[in-house]
Amino acid sequence: MSEATTTMAAREWPQALSKVPYWVFQDAEVYRAEQQNIFHGPFWSYLCLEAELGEPGDYCATFIGEQPVLVTRDFDGEIYAFENRCAHRGSLIAMDHYGHAKDFTCVYHAWTYNLQGDLTGVAFEEGINGKGGMGSDFCKRAHSPRRLRLANVHGLIFGSLDNDVPDIEDYLGQEILDRIERVLGGRKPVVLGRFTQNLPNNWKLYIENVKDSYHASILHLFFTTFGLNKLNQKGGIVVSESGAHHVSWSAINREAESGEHYKDQKIRSDSEYQLEDPSLVDSFSEVGDDITLQILSVYPGFVLQQIQNSIAVRQVLPTGVDTTDLHWTYLGFEEDTEEQQLVRMKQSNLVGPAGYVSMEDGAIGGFVQRGIAGASGEFATVQMGGQEAVSSESRVTEASIRGFWKVYREAMGFSIEESK
Amino acid sequence: MDAFTLISRAQGSYVRSIDDGPIEDWPEHFADDAFYKVTTADNHRRGLPAGVIWANNKAMLKDRISALKEANIYEPHSYRHLLGQPAILEESEDGATSETSFLVVRITGNGPTDVFASGRYLDEHVFVDGTALLKRRVVVCDSTRTDTLLVLPL
Repeated sequence: MSEATTTMAAREWPQALSKVPYWVFQDAEVYRAEQQNIFHGPFWSYLCLEAELGEPGDYCATFIGEQPVLVTRDFDGEIYAFENRCAHRGSLIAMDHYGHAKDFTCVYHAWTYNLQGDLTGVAFEEGINGKGGMGSDFCKRAHSPRRLRLANVHGLIFGSLDNDVPDIEDYLGQEILDRIERVLGGRKPVVLGRFTQNLPNNWKLYIENVKDSYHASILHLFFTTFGLNKLNQKGGIVVSESGAHHVSWSAINREAESGEHYKDQKIRSDSEYQLEDPSLVDSFSEVGDDITLQILSVYPGFVLQQIQNSIAVRQVLPTGVDTTDLHWTYLGFEEDTEEQQLVRMKQSNLVGPAGYVSMEDGAIGGFVQRGIAGASGEFATVQMGGQEAVSSESRVTEASIRGFWKVYREAMGFSIEESK
Repeated sequence: MDAFTLISRAQGSYVRSIDDGPIEDWPEHFADDAFYKVTTADNHRRGLPAGVIWANNKAMLKDRISALKEANIYEPHSYRHLLGQPAILEESEDGATSETSFLVVRITGNGPTDVFASGRYLDEHVFVDGTALLKRRVVVCDSTRTDTLLVLPL
């Protein structure tokens, strides 16, 4: 048992999935244990898109938790990933977020690595004029940075630092795989823009927010205020079997919308306020079905989003107990027409740091972080929709949040309180 | 008036509308078919088209303002823009292109004055009735990062 796990076993976690102790968002010891038990643990973390490594030599310098990793495409066409830390004295091997290189040379002492992460050169390895240099017992092959396990799910590259991680298909389960395929399957994504949001809160508060379908129509008033709600939408929540991942979705009800009843009610123009340019919400069927919203999360920190025709991936990276980096990558597809790209551009206003429906998510975690400052002995209540972490036809539920905590508390090794 | 004076007057009025209000005056600094985008230097260099704000007409800019007044929920905050002198790149009787550097500090709630954004405006102006209107403004932020959220325009 690791040291972090032993320390965490001394902590009691409530047995009910509906109680979340606030100390889990505040404690530096918990934060350090997460790096080991979650981010270095048997879980898959999103790294980048296959499309971002189009050519041999393309690379992406990213993170799993706080751990810097380098993802590359080598000349054999394969994708590789390894820890972005020189085997010599620990300096970053590459610094650009996205770049292109034939190989990597550490700037400190010019140790060189190929695109697969093998140490290939050590400056002055033989010394100079027979003096100095590495001892004869030094073996370059024993000093390569640690390689990651990799998985490619419809162009999403996931990596794990733990060799014991289950295969990605078992990890995600069929329902989640199907929902990823629905958006990305058979299509070639094109990056439309990348934006990073610094969140003033613990990373798990953002994850809770993503999984929380209950808040959507309450906190985000953009659609309601401008009378853009479709009241007859159907939808639901999918919680993966383990509880780890989720999908929240809704779809337009075409029959009802085309019916006279709907038009007579003037549901869409009932509001006091109107958009001057309502073309913002003109959309096309993204993949030929009626689903207009699909928010999908993969434990621990990945989100695939379809909000109408705004497609994006979000990578959630903890940077401290109460700071988080949220990386947005906005996507289109190679086969998009000019009109479709225009729709995506307009709808990009719905998401991101200035998004009409997502700007509030950037701030709400900070409100919680500040709100719980004096309450490390208290608990959040996530009882909406019951106590279980299961799929539901209603989105007025906190089931997928409970699913997150179910997997989290086990991975962290907390002692579960005896039921009273 | 020469281009430099027209642009300087327009920019003074532009930042005043955001920093001191009324914020409803902000879209009035744009032509009806104006393009406005807030992006990052990294996206701009790579030619990536999306923005954190993206609008291709003045109506969308008015919608930004009505959304922040009527719909969106955020902690009250204010900006102070500090602009450099506009560098006039091209000019004619009818308009000009220019670049202007900016620094924006943000004051949230009763918090401190924080540096929020720095960057440059890449502008196309049209001169109408002795006033410079923005036909195109691309706000290129130097950093790829936005702290918490961006509500008020830059």
